[in-house]
Amino acid sequence: MFKRFLGAHPENDKRKTKSNHSIYHVVSRGDGWAVVQSFEQISAADFFYRNRDLAGFTNPTRAIFSSLRELVENSLDAADQSGIPSDVYIRLSYDHERVVKEADEVKSKDENLFDNDVNSSEPKVYRLRVADNGSGVPARHIPSAFGQVLFGSKYKLKQARGTFGLGGTMALLYGQITTHKPAFVVSSTGGARIYMYKLVVDIQRNRPIIMDRKLLLNKEGWRGTIVEFSLEGDYAKAMSRILEYLKQTALVNPYANITFIDPKGRLYRFSRVTTKMPPPPKETKPHPYGIDVETIQRLIRITPCRNMIDFMRNHFHRVGEKTAHNFLESAGIGKTRTPKRLSQEGIVRLVKMMKRFRAFLPPDASCLSPIGEELLKAGILKELKPEFIAICQRQPSTYSGHPFIVEAAIAYGGEIQGKNDIVLYRFANRIPLLYDEASDVSWRIIKRINWRRYKVTTGMPIAILVHICSTKVPYKTVGKEFIADRPEVKREILNGIREAARQLQHFLTKREHVEKERRRLSTFSKYLPKIARFSTELAGKEKAPNIKKLLSSVRKYEEN
Amino acid sequence: MKKTKSATLERKKEIITALEDFGLNLYEQMEKGVFPSIKMPSRSIENIHYSSDLRQYVLGERAVRRSARNIRHIRPFTQLVWAAYFAHELAKHRKTSTLRDVYYSAQAYNMSFKDQPESNNIITDLETVSGFAREDFNVFPEERSAIFGDLTIEYTVPGYEGKQLNLTSHPDGVMIGPALTSAEFAKTGADKVIAIEKGGLFTRFVEEQVHKKFNALLVLTAGQAPRATRHFIHRLNKELNLPVSIFTDGDPWGMHIAMVIISGSANAAHLRGLATPDAKWSGVWASDIVEYKLPSDPLTDIDVKRLYELQKDPRYEGKLWQKEAKKFLKIRKKAEQEAFSRYGLTYIVDEYLPAKLEAFEKS
Ligand SMILES: Nc1ncnc2c1ncn2[C@@H]1O[C@H](COP(=O)(O)OP(=O)(O)OP(=O)(O)O)[C@@H](O)[C@H]1O
Ligand SMILES: [Mg+2]
Repeated sequence: MFKRFLGAHPENDKRKTKSNHSIYHVVSRGDGWAVVQSFEQISAADFFYRNRDLAGFTNPTRAIFSSLRELVENSLDAADQSGIPSDVYIRLSYDHERVVKEADEVKSKDENLFDNDVNSSEPKVYRLRVADNGSGVPARHIPSAFGQVLFGSKYKLKQARGTFGLGGTMALLYGQITTHKPAFVVSSTGGARIYMYKLVVDIQRNRPIIMDRKLLLNKEGWRGTIVEFSLEGDYAKAMSRILEYLKQTALVNPYANITFIDPKGRLYRFSRVTTKMPPPPKETKPHPYGIDVETIQRLIRITPCRNMIDFMRNHFHRVGEKTAHNFLESAGIGKTRTPKRLSQEGIVRLVKMMKRFRAFLPPDASCLSPIGEELLKAGILKELKPEFIAICQRQPSTYSGHPFIVEAAIAYGGEIQGKNDIVLYRFANRIPLLYDEASDVSWRIIKRINWRRYKVTTGMPIAILVHICSTKVPYKTVGKEFIADRPEVKREILNGIREAARQLQHFLTKREHVEKERRRLSTFSKYLPKIARFSTELAGKEKAPNIKKLLSSVRKYEEN
Repeated sequence: MKKTKSATLERKKEIITALEDFGLNLYEQMEKGVFPSIKMPSRSIENIHYSSDLRQYVLGERAVRRSARNIRHIRPFTQLVWAAYFAHELAKHRKTSTLRDVYYSAQAYNMSFKDQPESNNIITDLETVSGFAREDFNVFPEERSAIFGDLTIEYTVPGYEGKQLNLTSHPDGVMIGPALTSAEFAKTGADKVIAIEKGGLFTRFVEEQVHKKFNALLVLTAGQAPRATRHFIHRLNKELNLPVSIFTDGDPWGMHIAMVIISGSANAAHLRGLATPDAKWSGVWASDIVEYKLPSDPLTDIDVKRLYELQKDPRYEGKLWQKEAKKFLKIRKKAEQEAFSRYGLTYIVDEYLPAKLEAFEKS
């Protein structure tokens, strides 16, 4: 026991002494002197500033990719929110101001300074601007939304791309620490005014510092948000990922227009093929299976309910009068008890019983917004241009009380290239996941499937798509790059892929059949006339025998 | 000898009729609105038997049906009909062709064969359905052997009809090609045929006047005798009543060259007229190697393996064959025909050959 304690001792674990959480200790040294370590507390912004790897800001390549995607995802969320198909405009350019300044400093006479080759790879300073037609941010929230981490509007139980209240602010924070320049945010919710903020993040305090603020009259009734800031990055290296990201984003958001102008002035446009959007998700209450003590305590604090029946009915997902009665009875909790009077032990017991009770209805999927067969098909057709698409949308399911839906698709042929390894496109809440593919649960599932059973062989032109949507996607990191191995999720993905694979197999078998039949018929119509011709010559006849009937009989025979 | 003349022409007519009947049969089936089909003896190994009566391989009772209705048959079926048509054209216009030529000719009819073996196989099918050898259809092999000696032949090929040639007229011998194969025998002063495996020895025999000294026709088989040559030897034996003795190298391979001339091969089980059962193998035997103290080489593993195979072959049932095969295995030696040169260039002609021919007459 003692030994183990020593093992966790900060002095014996260098990693821990380095981190600035609240590890403190008085260390006795051999000479009798005691050194008192200092304690400190850091803000959330400071934490993510120090641990930006966690959020996907590892290096200049990754950082430019992550900044762009975080802002794009916020824009797409904002449009979904307003129920209007997104228009996202992205511009990435060299930060000229910065270049000029530096050029002045070194008095460089190099005339080609602006003709920087994007292909020469080294971190440079860029300016990123993302504009959308989304809901806009209410004026009073603009500074915090963009200048404070762990602040957001998406902590609700309803599917959205954003979850942590972190992404957009991290991008701005990264820009700030690499260029020391403030960010600009312009937004309007469609009211009379447009608000313009120039701000920086106070990292130590996790608070926005407003450097400038302007009001403009919104004569045209514009609604949306524009974010612009400078950051260091390596576009040459990140380019292929960024383009891949945009393409895949366009694939799962076929109702979005996405425009991207890169630093060389190249225009990439991903146009919408439909204005239809997946039905918007509804906010839900927590499901009893996903509940914990803390959540109950918060609910009790705010509840107006006077008895347990009402409490259960009003605050939990899919708990009605009858279920509430049954539950309280089986848990041995008084139906008429006042929730606010529950003791600490009583709350712990309540949570335990909730997890144990088998008769709660499973969460419904109204808080989810899967892409749907039609839109997924449209997206795949538009971006991958395959010959055949198989889609399987699974029934809603849950893990730890969180509802989720898996959609799997397999695209085959057409413009899809045959690769030695299977091409996998992963999506979560309509976000493409590009990094750490091998760690993703889908990847492992695909590797374990016996593809030959479905007539799929190596080198075949196929792409597999897996989309999971949930109120809580089981990401392994806040960087949103890969999905963890939850058995329930795994099962759904596996079944989804299998179902799509079966459809593909049918298609391949049928095509093989058709092809075989075509070859068969062409063989007959190639050779029979020759037999007729040579026999006629040998027999010394004038007229060839009539073989039309024979030829049509081959066809008829095969059709039934 | 007048008889043979009409026989050759008769045979040509028979062939043309057979091919036409074949075509007519298919034509009538199609007229009746059914898919044409044919039946022919199976050439699979299980259906090849050795007939001790005929002293050659023959095909058994089993038959295969080829139908144009069957997707797997229709291509070879068409090729077969084309081959019949092509053979008919050759016969009608009295043209000759080779297997290689057949392969290329098919392309002119948009009937490409995948490779030479495929086209060869179709020609064998045609032989099987018609019962005639491809040489009868004027399709000849590429390899050619030669004959030398006092035999006068009369050509039947276009442009040479009625012309005669004595086969001593050229010291290299006369090639046994299409013209000679279809020629008729006018007259001969020879009373035996000596078949020789190797070109060197054939030339030596001509130089040494073996044909005169022994009153013989010399046939060069040039290794394994081509079918045209085997058929030619068959005719010399049957039509002219000439006994045939065969000289080969003294090893299992030489032995088998002699055997194929005598008893034919399994590949030609569907044909008659290629074997000469009365011909004799006269050497070089294993016992000759001992008796004449010939310079020799040790048998290789492959030689030994081949000997064991031959011992089990039904054609090798005869006493001489069994004895010599055993002897080879015992002495573990082999010798070439040229080994006799050790005793001087003419020894083989002056000593060995007379002894052997004498033994042959006695047998
Ligand atoms: N383009 C935008 N339009 C409207 N609101 C926005 C926009 N960008 C950000 N917001 C608001 O700012 C909040 C914070 O954004 P941020 O990206 O930091 O976190 P998030 O999107 O909630 O979660 P995540 O960290 O998963 O991205 C959002 O919740 C949203 O309310
Ligand atoms: Mg976000």
